[in-house]
Amino acid sequence: MEVWLALATAVLIGASVYLLLDRHLVRVLLGVALLSNGVNLALFLAGDLTRGAPPIIPPDADAPTQVAANALPQALVLTAIVIGFGLFAFALALIYQANRRLGTVDSDAMRIAEPVDARAGDATAAEPPEAAR
Amino acid sequence: MSWLLVLPIALPLLTGVACFAAGSNRILARSLNIGGCGVLLVVSIGLLAQTWQEGVIAASMGNWPAPFGIALVADLLGAAMVVITAITGLACAVYAVADLSRREEARGFHPLFQVLLAGVCGAFLTGDLFNLYVWFEVMLIASFGLLVLGGSRPELDGGLKYVVLNLIATLLFLFGVALLYGATGTLNMAQIHLRLAEAPLTLEIEAAALLLAMAFGMKAAVFPLFFWLPASYHTPSVAVSAVFAGLLTKVGVYALLRVFTLVFSNTPELTTTLFWAVAALTMVTGVLGAASQNEMRRILSFHIVSQIGYMIIGLALLTPLALAGAIFYVIHHIIVKANLFLIAGVARRLGGSMELAEIGGLVRRAPWLGALFLVPALSLAGMPPFSGFWAKLLLIQASLEIDDYAMAAVALTVGLLTLYSMTKIWNEVFWKSAPEGRPAGAAVAPQAAPPLSRAESASLVWPIAGLAAITVAIGLTVAPAFALAERAAMQLVDPSAYVAAVLGSAP
Repeated sequence: MEVWLALATAVLIGASVYLLLDRHLVRVLLGVALLSNGVNLALFLAGDLTRGAPPIIPPDADAPTQVAANALPQALVLTAIVIGFGLFAFALALIYQANRRLGTVDSDAMRIAEPVDARAGDATAAEPPEAAR
Repeated sequence: MSWLLVLPIALPLLTGVACFAAGSNRILARSLNIGGCGVLLVVSIGLLAQTWQEGVIAASMGNWPAPFGIALVADLLGAAMVVITAITGLACAVYAVADLSRREEARGFHPLFQVLLAGVCGAFLTGDLFNLYVWFEVMLIASFGLLVLGGSRPELDGGLKYVVLNLIATLLFLFGVALLYGATGTLNMAQIHLRLAEAPLTLEIEAAALLLAMAFGMKAAVFPLFFWLPASYHTPSVAVSAVFAGLLTKVGVYALLRVFTLVFSNTPELTTTLFWAVAALTMVTGVLGAASQNEMRRILSFHIVSQIGYMIIGLALLTPLALAGAIFYVIHHIIVKANLFLIAGVARRLGGSMELAEIGGLVRRAPWLGALFLVPALSLAGMPPFSGFWAKLLLIQASLEIDDYAMAAVALTVGLLTLYSMTKIWNEVFWKSAPEGRPAGAAVAPQAAPPLSRAESASLVWPIAGLAAITVAIGLTVAPAFALAERAAMQLVDPSAYVAAVLGSAP
């Protein structure tokens, strides 16, 4: 089981690197999402997998009396999923807004903050007309 | 349980909620923001005083005993960083009153600013690796919001690059944490320190170390991972970029210092060569990048990169003196760099632009601003008697001490080039006469600067004057700051006090 999950992690991260190298920002974001899932899977694997042994402590004991599954990685992964989802939603909204205002989602074409001719734009000055792009 | 340990995290979070509740009442939100920073400063000084007297203090959250509960730890480095965070926060909160547009305030500057401070303080005080990840995320999401608050085109452009690269860095960090947890079975940094001391160096641990070095290196903006920083730091409002410039990259430096002295303390041969190359290349590329820029905040952004290199020297040499120098450098740099960004903002208010070609003659219009600029500028370049001189002196002395002449030469040369950049800003912004009419190639004509009202200039000038006074004070009375840095470095070199405080006296 561990081997298959490790392979799945490798595939997820490999695919995400491919997507991250793209100039299209939506693909880059999907790459980030895949990377996030791959890392979550690695985190889950790191805690060792134990089948069919819920970590339930009997009422008269302070600690599990027999071998039990490690509950901590699940808590960690859950935290990471929640955070990752929030950030994904934010980044998606940001890309949507950038597409509306900048007219492109190609990262090579985004040169507003760093103009090719450094003299040509005070980054914080009034905005040039939208038609300029 | 020491309340002083919890307050630097809880206070900004509560203030953030209160600022959010204040809603459209700008006066109330501003007062809460400034007041919150003021109280944070008082609390953090109390925490520093306590760590100075009692050594490392630690507390477990929820009264779960040490390796099970999440530990909050304050050693001298952590406590000093919290004090500097509060000082920078206070200065930028006051400055923001006159700097921000009504729209930026209405969109939630004040709550986001406080949440950012909570994230930064949390990162400085946590003793748990996964908890460190959570504080990084708190800091990140708040910084994302602050960065695109104005919603202008450059902000969206810079913000996107910042967001994507920082997300990737955080995921690499999490991957490193996963490997380390798999190898050691714990997330408590003190306990990992003990476990790794016994364990042989496996591939898993090496991979985890390199992943963490890369993730924190990206946050700290070291060569070759710094490109997100000069792409984004010059785009938001001045108060936001000043707090970013002062604090955020230094959280990455702090994490590197913490992790590579405490967690991976037993494997120096793995990373010192790497850090040596990174430190030298970061210093050189940063300062050369700055020399090629012609906009004030972009010059300063590249100088952040260059200065980060100096801090990495501490990890490259890994001697007590080098670490003390690096800590001194971090403290000095946060104050100076935030101040330079604030001054650039005032220069734009008076001169109408941040482009060197479009501005000039400020020394006649505002001689006080010129004088205030010289303090952090000369300090950044390492001129005596300011704080930067001592910081550089310590690091160069540390490299000479172990016969590392190459590093000393690089550090000195980069200091000289920094002076060149600062002189360039001084000549163009303050000394030369203001350009006539519209310069060729400018996208827009500089607007005529409206005169500052009394209240506005008070809110803009006091933070700058205060930070400059701290720079001078550190420079003139160098002994207390050096003693602090030296003791903090000793705690890093010998983590046994840290481990004992976290895990109890019998680890």
